[in-house]
Amino acid sequence: MLSAATRRRAANWLDERLGVSAVREFLRHKTVPLHSATIWYYFGGITLFLFVIQVLTGILLLLYYRPTPAEAFESVQFIMTRVEFGWLVRSIHSWAANLMILTAFIHMFSVVFLHAYRRPRELTWLSGIVLLALALAFGFSGYLLPWNEVAYFATKVGADMVASLPGIGPPLARFLRGGEEVGGATLTRFFGFHVAVLPAITTLVLLFHLALVQKHGISVPPKLEAESRRRGLPIPQMPFFPNFFLRELMAWYAALGVLGSLAAIFPWELGVKADPFAPAPAGIRPEWYFLALFYTLKLLPSHVWIIEGELLGLIGFALLAVFWALLPFWATNRQGEIRTRLVTGAGVALLAYLSTFSALGYWR
Amino acid sequence: MAEDRRSLIRWLLGGGFTASVISFLYPAIRFMNPPRIPEAAVNEVSAGRADQLKPNSSTIVRFGNRPVLLIRVAEDEWKAFGAVCTHLNCTVQYRPDGHDIWCACHNGIYDLNGRVVAGPPPRPLEEYAVRIRDGEVVIARRV
Ligand code: FES
Repeated sequence: MLSAATRRRAANWLDERLGVSAVREFLRHKTVPLHSATIWYYFGGITLFLFVIQVLTGILLLLYYRPTPAEAFESVQFIMTRVEFGWLVRSIHSWAANLMILTAFIHMFSVVFLHAYRRPRELTWLSGIVLLALALAFGFSGYLLPWNEVAYFATKVGADMVASLPGIGPPLARFLRGGEEVGGATLTRFFGFHVAVLPAITTLVLLFHLALVQKHGISVPPKLEAESRRRGLPIPQMPFFPNFFLRELMAWYAALGVLGSLAAIFPWELGVKADPFAPAPAGIRPEWYFLALFYTLKLLPSHVWIIEGELLGLIGFALLAVFWALLPFWATNRQGEIRTRLVTGAGVALLAYLSTFSALGYWR
Repeated sequence: MAEDRRSLIRWLLGGGFTASVISFLYPAIRFMNPPRIPEAAVNEVSAGRADQLKPNSSTIVRFGNRPVLLIRVAEDEWKAFGAVCTHLNCTVQYRPDGHDIWCACHNGIYDLNGRVVAGPPPRPLEEYAVRIRDGEVVIARRV
């Protein structure tokens, strides 16, 4: 056992070299507003936690996975049947991917409904939107890697949607597919995107996002802010460390519990190996977070006036995405006030559209 | 004078830096563009013996590197179509009970002439010619 004096000396030695006390000082002053909606503040952290799980299980899967059409499916099968706990690691990777996208959506909508995107947090919002897009790209590229039938056709459809964009579409689709058709070249590319390109970009954007969250602190809903101003009472705060941190830790344990049970009780299926010379199987559909897009494309007729239906759908989706990404900019009026009703209305409408179309896409 | 010299130097440095960045990026970007692999020109393929396929059934045949859907509609009525859906590229299938061609991806339906009957596909399927030569089915590109 080290004596107290030795420990203090060691701490001082480290502090002189690392500047730990500045961090400690910073943590001491960081607080989190405490009110009835505080629970929503945990979802960003849970998303981060699930991302870390993805990195760790992803590294484990890399030990056995082989990115070629001849071996991909078999290597995943090998992981699931022969490698000890392989089924669990792969199942956790798939489930955590889905839960991460779910919690990212919850985080995003809570930011919308609590109006946390407002000045000066516009760039925090935008970097969050970029992170969501990256998460979807992770999902899309990772989906193909087991090289099963469903993933093969989902990728064909996705790449062809890109190809149908006017102008940049065809060259971009060639770049994504590594050729004219989805095949071995696509698998190799998607693997590279999934394990190298996307993680690198995501880490940078994530650090930027987190740094902004630190810089601006946690936002308080405008209604509560106004009320506290009227009453002349400050909004109650809880210290970030240890109070919020320990609760966040509990939330992570809860997330881990949900994740572990889902992964163990409903192991992720592998399906049938992809065969480029077999018809698309009945009941084919993409991952749930693309269902709304999928169902919309299914409903659109072949031609609307002179435009092809799919192109119209894509343009519509692209406009919607841009409109949504720019939310903090149209959310304020000339006087700098938040149009809370408009934003809440738009949020409810988007949520309603996404959930009904996803449900219809799932059941029909 | 000193001002002029400074701006010239800044210009040279900036220009040189930009040029070097472009010269790094150009090969990298070209590298990402997959080379075109010439497709062997296939004009006809054999799809095996005619008696292997029962009436009102179908199979998928490799035509070069693309799939072709061969349908034996009736005893001596054969049809062949490019099996790639004109909507978003899925592979279509023949439905014996509906006597039509169905794409599972977004429920596109074509008739036995390849024309779109329902769903989102914008164009008909490409039709191929089918001939029976000494009991062997031969699929050929239409001219
Ligand atoms: S790909 Fe065939 S209907 Fe969409």
